[in-house]
Amino acid sequence: MDHLLSWIIWLPIIGMGIITLIPRDRSNLIKQTAALVSGLQLMLTIYLWRIFDASNGNLQFMERAEWIPSFNITYILGVDGLSLPMVFLMALIGFIGIFVSWNITNAVKGYFALFLLLNTGVMGVFLALDFFLFYIFWEVMLLPMYFLIGMWGGPQREYAAIKFFIYTLSGSVLMLIAILALYFTCGNTFDMLLLMERAPVALNGMLWWGMSAIKVIWVLLFIGFAIKVPVFPFHTWLPLAHVEAPTAISVILAGVLLKLGVYGMLRINYTMLPDGVFWFAGALAVLGLINVIWGAMCALAQKDLKKLVAYSSVNHMGYTLLGMAAVIAASEMNGSNLISAQAGLGGAVFQMFNHGTISAMLFILVGVIYDRAHHRDIEGFGGLATQMPIYTAFVAVAFFAGLGLPGFSGFVSEAMIFIGAFPVFKAIVIISTLGILLNAAYFLWAFQRMFFGPANEKYNDIPEINRREVLTLIPLAVITLVLGVYPRPFLDLIAATLNVLIDSVVSFGGLAVAM
Amino acid sequence: MNNLNSLAFFWPELILSVTILVAIIADLIYLKKDSYKVAYWSLGGLFLTYFAIRLQDATPTTLFMDTVALDPFSQFFKILILLSTAIVILISFISGELKEYRLGEYFSIITIMTFGLFLMVSSIDILMVYLSIEIVSIMSFFLAGYLKRKSTSNEASLKYVIYGAFSSGIMLYGLSLLFGLTGSTNFFEMQSAIATLGPESNLALTLATVFILVGFGYKISAVPFHFWTPDVYEGSPTTITAYLSVAPKAAGFALMIRFFNQVFGNMSTGTMESWLSINNLPWPELIAVLSAATMTLGNLVAIQQNNVKRMLAYSSIAHAGYMMMALPLMSNSSIEGIMMYLIMYLFMNLGAFLVVIYVNDQIGGEEFSHFDGLGWKMPFIGITMTLFMVALTGLPPTAGFIGKFYIFAAVIEAGSKFYWLAFVGVINSVISLYYYIRVVTHMYLSGERSDEIINPSSKLTVALLLVLAIPSFIFGWYFSPVAEWISRSTILFHGM
Repeated sequence: MDHLLSWIIWLPIIGMGIITLIPRDRSNLIKQTAALVSGLQLMLTIYLWRIFDASNGNLQFMERAEWIPSFNITYILGVDGLSLPMVFLMALIGFIGIFVSWNITNAVKGYFALFLLLNTGVMGVFLALDFFLFYIFWEVMLLPMYFLIGMWGGPQREYAAIKFFIYTLSGSVLMLIAILALYFTCGNTFDMLLLMERAPVALNGMLWWGMSAIKVIWVLLFIGFAIKVPVFPFHTWLPLAHVEAPTAISVILAGVLLKLGVYGMLRINYTMLPDGVFWFAGALAVLGLINVIWGAMCALAQKDLKKLVAYSSVNHMGYTLLGMAAVIAASEMNGSNLISAQAGLGGAVFQMFNHGTISAMLFILVGVIYDRAHHRDIEGFGGLATQMPIYTAFVAVAFFAGLGLPGFSGFVSEAMIFIGAFPVFKAIVIISTLGILLNAAYFLWAFQRMFFGPANEKYNDIPEINRREVLTLIPLAVITLVLGVYPRPFLDLIAATLNVLIDSVVSFGGLAVAM
Repeated sequence: MNNLNSLAFFWPELILSVTILVAIIADLIYLKKDSYKVAYWSLGGLFLTYFAIRLQDATPTTLFMDTVALDPFSQFFKILILLSTAIVILISFISGELKEYRLGEYFSIITIMTFGLFLMVSSIDILMVYLSIEIVSIMSFFLAGYLKRKSTSNEASLKYVIYGAFSSGIMLYGLSLLFGLTGSTNFFEMQSAIATLGPESNLALTLATVFILVGFGYKISAVPFHFWTPDVYEGSPTTITAYLSVAPKAAGFALMIRFFNQVFGNMSTGTMESWLSINNLPWPELIAVLSAATMTLGNLVAIQQNNVKRMLAYSSIAHAGYMMMALPLMSNSSIEGIMMYLIMYLFMNLGAFLVVIYVNDQIGGEEFSHFDGLGWKMPFIGITMTLFMVALTGLPPTAGFIGKFYIFAAVIEAGSKFYWLAFVGVINSVISLYYYIRVVTHMYLSGERSDEIINPSSKLTVALLLVLAIPSFIFGWYFSPVAEWISRSTILFHGM
């Protein structure tokens, strides 16, 4: 099939076009169209996975077309082992998200149209290989997200939406400067593949106001991506946006949007500025540690279940950063420990995927109880285990997956990250295991308060989780469990690409060390 | 070229002059209720002028004893000005606040102003510079005060006159200093004279530059010469506010590009892509600092406004600041950046003002609160206004992003000297998001959601909104034709 990647990106836009033509009172037809389009997209993604050659670490299914010749802007798409899991995750969560938002009653047409637009934006970022195109998709996500939080969100939605918008835009304009600086220093091109070749050489030794150009560009890009991850201290938009957003949007936000930041760092910072990786790895590990501890402590203090889950995202993304920093283990000065770099980076990518599925589950479950009780106060419940046994079982699965119990996929990725990072960042890894403890503490404590103890009379006849909700959870739970006991398929998928990535970081990074 | 021969190269302006006369005579013939028909004559004249420009031979040359240049650069700006004039005339048809006045003079004055702007973009002699600026300013005073029964309009006109007279006086003093130093009024003769001046005249030269900047800065409403802008923009008829925020600003930039690059820079030195300043005068740094101040102040004050029209006035100051970023760079791409920005700005800014006019007529006010729930009640207006606001913020995939992209690209390309300016610029874009998105917030997030839908009844409104909205969107991701037109038009007459 030609232009498979273009189809995956633009299918939601076609769906959006169809939805705008449907009269606004036919809300069922609108929902069905959105579901159909997302379903098709998911099938295309699965097909892409099937025909993807996992043994090849380079970009595949490349598409290339002239766009704006006067600025050397081209339409380039491609997929590799780094982006494929993310594309699959987006398609899956985008599909599930449609069903999660099935009971939206307010301005249904606008909601689903924006939802599909958001889907295109995210897909585009994962598949674009032209920096200009990447930036356009990166920004296209903002407006639908603003509306989705601002129009369908909770009581503080206006503030949450604008805060989200301003935070992310601040990051992305810094990225724009970095993109332009790369364009002009590396021979007028936005082609990421060319930039990967040229940037490490062209920027080597260049100074701006006495600062190394590599470091300046690295920091500009890093801030842009760090706001999305979010890395401490840029995380303050996240709890607010999560709490105010409607359930399906929280699911997308935690499940996929946070991954964009990490993906951006791996795709851009790591390949174009390998020297910067060595310079920044220590800071990255420390920031990861802060994320882990800070996120866990904040989660421990929350009374609102959704806020707790939101801070657990901060906590979980911290492990990813730690794993990313482990890549420097493969360099000569750190003993050419390739195994540990592979484990760290592989763990980071795996953790991204796992956090995607696990946090999606958590937010869906929070949405379920909120729909019924109209509040999310942990202390307001009690003994729910007797009142909603099936729901309790699902929460147990999600919480245990979230705290990294062996047997769930989160355990595998966290273990890989610790194994990978230990040889280079011994102290940091040891302290961050404390985060695991806190992680278990906040989930178990919340579980205990909500589901055990004396039952709250008020909720004696609270309706049990319904079939639609169960069906949205099952695929995620199955993935988490299967990858928890048998992670091979996933790790094989990303291994070749990560080897190429590690190799380029180490070989180019060695350039500066040798000089 | 002598005066008589020059006339053959002056067809567009001659047609415009005839149009002015026809419009004035037509105004005498029509009754008050038909006076809007004068606009047809003006529009017809503008249309013919456009063809005259397109048919002209664009080989760079000078006319009227080296006072006016004819080159692709000036033609580009003339077309830009014609376009904005035509759109503003069409918007005037649907503006409610103009309905109670006799409009004949209104249209003929706009046409005279167009003529002044034409001279402004092509003048290469300081006398012509002064003359054309005065034509434009005086016509703007009339137009700003056109709503004679509205006190804010009178106030706007009076403030405009006082500031205008003051700043043009200072500019004239600067020009006379420059004439005293160089003994010539022609840009190129002044340039070669300045190149031979010793360091002892640097003080006088700096003073002259600062004084001239007062006049130019007033025209493009740069900080600290912007004080007239908010009151004049708020008090004038909104159609005129829209016009003042686009056409004279474009002409002002064209003039500044010519003046600074040709009097203080030497376009024939350096490479084809960039050139050098002819002396050590710190004019690039001066403009860079003014630019940073302009956008920062414009944005910070815009945040505090409760009136959308006044917010747009302050935001137009900020936009002038963005464009000024490219002025001191002395490179082809900086000129292209300003030109690109102006095209994009024309569509999105006129569009935003058109929506304000429409809302004022339908809802009865221009405050933010008048926009409450508008997106639900008038979906078409809501969507187009959202597009204009997003475009003015500079988010992709809209035209505003491409304008900013070109400007930032020019700044980055010029090397690390002005990186700080690019940084200030992007931070300002983020600040501007706050007040632009506030309009969207009011339209969609506040107020009652109504199920009743009102669509604009007049076909002209719909057509104009589409004419402005479609380019604001399309140019965001497909701007190759525009980029090519601009690169064909960056040919300035330089040197005799």
